[in-house]
Amino acid sequence: MNIDSFSAFVAEARKTGRPLWEVALIDQSADSGQSPAETLERMTRTLRVMREALSQYDPAARSESGLSGGAAARLRDAAAVGKSLSGPFLSDVMSRALMMAEMNACMGRIVAAPTAGSCGVLPSVILSAQERLRLPEEAAVHALLTAGGVGAIIASRATLSGAEGGCQAEVGSASAMAAAALVEMMGGAPEMSAHACAIALSNLMGLICDPVAGRVEVPCVTRNVIGAVGAVAAAELALGGIEYPVPADEVIDAMGWVGASLPPALRETGEGGLAVTLTGRSICERLAAPVRGKRRSERPLRQ
Amino acid sequence: MDLFDIIGPVMVGPSSSHTAGAARIGLAIRRILCDEPVSADIALSGSFAATGAGHGTDRALAAGLMGMHPDDLRIRDSLAIAAERGLELHFSQSDIPRAHPNSVFIRVTGRSGRSVNVLAASVGAGRIEVRRIDGLDVNFSCEQPTLLIPHKDGPGCVARVTRMLSESGLNIAGMTVHRRQRGGMAIMVIETDEPVPPTLLHALATQPDIHDPRYIEPPKESI
Repeated sequence: MNIDSFSAFVAEARKTGRPLWEVALIDQSADSGQSPAETLERMTRTLRVMREALSQYDPAARSESGLSGGAAARLRDAAAVGKSLSGPFLSDVMSRALMMAEMNACMGRIVAAPTAGSCGVLPSVILSAQERLRLPEEAAVHALLTAGGVGAIIASRATLSGAEGGCQAEVGSASAMAAAALVEMMGGAPEMSAHACAIALSNLMGLICDPVAGRVEVPCVTRNVIGAVGAVAAAELALGGIEYPVPADEVIDAMGWVGASLPPALRETGEGGLAVTLTGRSICERLAAPVRGKRRSERPLRQ
Repeated sequence: MDLFDIIGPVMVGPSSSHTAGAARIGLAIRRILCDEPVSADIALSGSFAATGAGHGTDRALAAGLMGMHPDDLRIRDSLAIAAERGLELHFSQSDIPRAHPNSVFIRVTGRSGRSVNVLAASVGAGRIEVRRIDGLDVNFSCEQPTLLIPHKDGPGCVARVTRMLSESGLNIAGMTVHRRQRGGMAIMVIETDEPVPPTLLHALATQPDIHDPRYIEPPKESI
């Protein structure tokens, strides 16, 4: 995609009378040489990989470190017996975000969207909304295109990498991408998608990347939940007519600026934040001790 | 910007740089070797050495060397599969000066006895760069059809190669030439827009001063 600002993304939608997903589709096709039909098919296959990953979630699977696994199932079980304040929709979003992030930590097959560490946000929001709104599969495919378009804009203006910009660049970007896509799924105007993006990204601005023992587990798994829930909230604010005073492009630029200003200790080095707490350090030491011949507390994923 | 780099790649977790990128490096080196690897000495550097174990970097590199793609679930068991196939792997940690934080140096030997030394880096979001081959500096990503042409440094060699490419209707998207010393071993890396036909590769191989040219096809889309 060649569009490098949200304002141009919206302007193109307005000029052509097309929804954002179609603007992204046409731009992507022109760039890649694949026809729009081929691009749609490929995105459909991508969506199906996401759904397949969720369907293969195994509550008994644990990551190699033993730090991740089973959380999505516990949340779902609690919701099933009425232990939920947020209601069935948000409960679904949260458990799906956990599922995907746990699948990733347990070496399952996932779609990096935009990264592996933030892979739970988009599928949890988009698939839950598709189900709740009783939309056909193509609506979810379109949502991925819009989200991809937003991600491309963020990548070109700022960064999607935790090592460069902290967690705000990964989970923050995923949240902004999901929020913009969700607005469109709900029938909102392109401008509303821009506001939703601005709100979601500004709400997670400054979020650092501080993985315990350098692994994509703590705090990444539960941060996928806040990215997903934040996307739903931002979309709902925008759909409710709330306009964010700072335009999406400026919020994205600010996120990039904040990322570049973060000290390296807070950018995926495992040398700051939660990683250097007493517990973070002791987990790191435990995992650094080489265990030869057998793997720690790992149970195979169902396959 | 490719939307399928943003919504993608499809990969086995947990890290696009330490797992998916590592598998792609293994695949790239398999293609550079142009042979079935039977042994590999793998030196992990920087963050690959520090956090590679927890991200399955060793397994992903082994999987790639055996021809598996980043979305192949066999990555999890690749070390056992390598043992079954008789691929000998030796892992070590090393501090490669001035290398990218996610770097690996691999010396790999194929069934025919040929071997190659490669330095490669995983530069983020699953993208990779090959940085050095047999002591010669290179820089390519394996995202485009790529020709590697080791040759003896001398006047006319580059012109001959580019003429042959143009006569085959190939457009050069990028090209670098590096040599060890004047008149010594050199390597051309040519990225093209179109796939390189086997006949051209064959014609290049018969040229004087060109030694064992190789063609690296970009990895097929898994999705």
